[in-house]
Amino acid sequence: MKIVVCIKQVPDTAEVRINPETGTLIREGVPSIINPYDMHAIEAGLQIREKAGGNLTVVTMGPPQAESALRYAISMGADDAVLLTDKAFAGSDTWATSYILSKAIEKLGADIIICGKQAIDGDTAQVGPETAEFLGIPHISYVRRIEDVERNSIRVQRMMDEGYDIVESSFPVLLTVVRELNEPRLPSLKGKMAAKKAEIKKWGSSDINADDKKIGLKGSPTQVKNIFAPEARADRKIFQGTTEEQINALIKELKGIKCL
Amino acid sequence: MPIVVNINKCTGCKECLTSCPFDAIEIREGKAFINEYCNFCKTCLSVCPEGAIEEIEEASVTLYSSPVTDFKGVWVFAEQREGKIASVSYELLGTGRKLADELNVELSAVLFGASEREAEELIKWGADKVYFCEDNIFEKFNDEPYAKLLSSLIETHNPEIVIAGATPIGRSFIPRVAARIGTGLTADCTSLSMDRETRNLLQVRPAFGGNIMATILCPFRRPQMATVRPRVMKKGEYKEGKKGVIIHIAADNVSSRTRVIDTIKEVSGIAVNLQEADIIVAGGRGLGNTKGFELLKELAELLGGTIGASRAAVDEGWISYSHQVGQTGKTVCPKIYIACGISGAVQHLVGMQSSDIIIAINKNSEAPIFNVATYGIVGDLYEIVPLFIKKIREARGST
Repeated sequence: MKIVVCIKQVPDTAEVRINPETGTLIREGVPSIINPYDMHAIEAGLQIREKAGGNLTVVTMGPPQAESALRYAISMGADDAVLLTDKAFAGSDTWATSYILSKAIEKLGADIIICGKQAIDGDTAQVGPETAEFLGIPHISYVRRIEDVERNSIRVQRMMDEGYDIVESSFPVLLTVVRELNEPRLPSLKGKMAAKKAEIKKWGSSDINADDKKIGLKGSPTQVKNIFAPEARADRKIFQGTTEEQINALIKELKGIKCL
Repeated sequence: MPIVVNINKCTGCKECLTSCPFDAIEIREGKAFINEYCNFCKTCLSVCPEGAIEEIEEASVTLYSSPVTDFKGVWVFAEQREGKIASVSYELLGTGRKLADELNVELSAVLFGASEREAEELIKWGADKVYFCEDNIFEKFNDEPYAKLLSSLIETHNPEIVIAGATPIGRSFIPRVAARIGTGLTADCTSLSMDRETRNLLQVRPAFGGNIMATILCPFRRPQMATVRPRVMKKGEYKEGKKGVIIHIAADNVSSRTRVIDTIKEVSGIAVNLQEADIIVAGGRGLGNTKGFELLKELAELLGGTIGASRAAVDEGWISYSHQVGQTGKTVCPKIYIACGISGAVQHLVGMQSSDIIIAINKNSEAPIFNVATYGIVGDLYEIVPLFIKKIREARGST
C-alpha cells in the first residue's frame, strides 16, 4: 500500500492578535505548528500502514523552514518526506496549490492520499477535494472513522450535518479527516533519531513537470483585494451611566421595538 | 500583484516586520525588503506609516480562451437532503436575486435529485430558471456525480457567478467543480456584492483563523464561485404567483467510484435548538467559570431562549462544544443575541453577526464585540445580568 499524507505548516492562529488601532495582525511570537487536522491525517496513515503494510510519504508545499514539519512527521513514523519548495510556488491560492500537490503525488504514485479537513489559517477545506479532482480520483471528506481497509477498497464514516454516512471507495482515493478520527501519537525515541538523519527530498517546479501558467500568483484564479478589521455597526448604542441607568435604557429600547 | 518596498520612502522603522503573517519582510541595508515567502496578502500595505509598501500592476495570465464578458447569469446550487431543499438554498436565492438584478441578468437555480414540486419552490423564492435533474443517482450524496453534472452544465451555459451553501455537501464537491473548470472558489463568504464596472464579485470572508476579514476577487476567470454558510444571508421574498422555467436535465455519463452504503442520524438536540432559537444568551471567557452559565440559563429561560458559547468558554471546558457559536462552531441568526463576557474575535463574530439585535455585555469598553452590537452595556456581567433579570420581571409585571 502506497500512502501519501499532505500536511501544511501554519501559524498557530489561536495565538494571533489584532492591533486595535491599525486593524492589522500582530504576528510577533506566534509559533509555527503542523496544522492540527494534518496531525490526525499522519496518524491515520500510520495506522493504515500498520494494518495493511506499505510505505508512508509525507508531502508539504512551503518555504524551506517547512522542513521541520516534515521531520516531525518522520519522528512520528513516516518513511519518507518531500518538500515542495520553489520561488515560483509563492502566492498560490487553493487551485494552484492543489495543482502543485497533484503533480507531486502523480510522481510519487499513491493508493491512498490523506489530508486534514482544512488548515486553520485559511479554513477553506478546498485543497483536498481539488487535489483529488486534478488527480482524477474519488475523494471522501470529513472522515471520522476508518471501518475497513481491504485490498481493493476502503470503507469509512463520513461526518455530515445530522449524523454520518458510511461510504465505500475503490483505490486510489483521497480522504480528508476530522479530529474525531484518532489521537495523534507522540514521536518515539527511535523516530526522533530517524528524523534527525532523514534526507528530505526537495522538489521544485521542474522536478514535478508543473505548467508555469498554473502555479504561483500568476496561476491563481483568486486574488486578495484587501484585508480589514470588521467595521462598527452604524446604528449601535453603547449606554452610559451607572449599571442601573444602562439597564433601564436597554429595557426602554427593547420595549420600544416590542422585544419585551 | 507583486508587493514591493519603495526604498526612497522607506525609513527602516521596522513597523511592517511583525505585521507579516508569513515572515516575508526583512531589513536589508537599513530598508525593508520583501522576500520570496510573500503570499501577497497585502496586510503590510496599511501598516507602513510612510506608505512605502506598494503593489505594482502586472499583466495577469488568463487561461480562458474566451473573454470574461462571454459569461452571463447568476447561478445558485440548491442542495437537497432526502428530497427536501435545504433552507440555505433559499438564503442563497435571496442574495443571488440581488446580484442578478444588479447585473441585469437571469437568476438560475440548479437542483439534483428532488421532486419537481421542490423545483417550483425555487422559482417562488426568486429563481427565473431551474436546471433540474431527477435521476436517482443524486438521491444520496456522492461527490463525483454531483461534480460532473454541475461542471458540464456550467461549461455548456457559461454563468458568470455560481454560489453554493458552505455545508458538508457544498464544501466537499464544489471545490472539485472549481478545479475541473479551472476557476477560483472562495469558501465561507460572509458578504457578496458586485463591482458593477468590472462585473467582479467582491467576496468577503474571514482570514487567518478568523482574526481578520479579507475581500477576494476572481478577476480573470469565470464563473466566479463562492460558498456561503447557512444563516449568514437573509432569505429573499417568497412570491406565490412567480413564474419561471424548469429545464429537465439528463444525467448522462455520470458515474461514481464512491458509494454511500448507509446514512445514520445522530441529531444533537442542542445544536438544533441553537440554530432555530429566537433568543440566544451566550457566554465567553469573561464568565470566569462554569457556574456563570447557570446565571445565563436563568436569563435564557426567562426570555424563552437558549444558551450559546464562545470558543474560549468551550476550550476552557465550561460548556460542551455543541453550544459553540462561530466559524468553527454553529452559525446562528436569532432575533436577539445577548453576548456576555465575549470579547468578540472575528471567528466568533462571523457566527452571529447577522442576528437582528445584538446586546453586548462586557467589562472592556474597547472589546470588538461592541463594534457589532446594537446595544452595549459596559460593566461587570455578574452585576448586570442579575439586575437585568430583575428589571425584565418588573417590566413584565407592570404591563
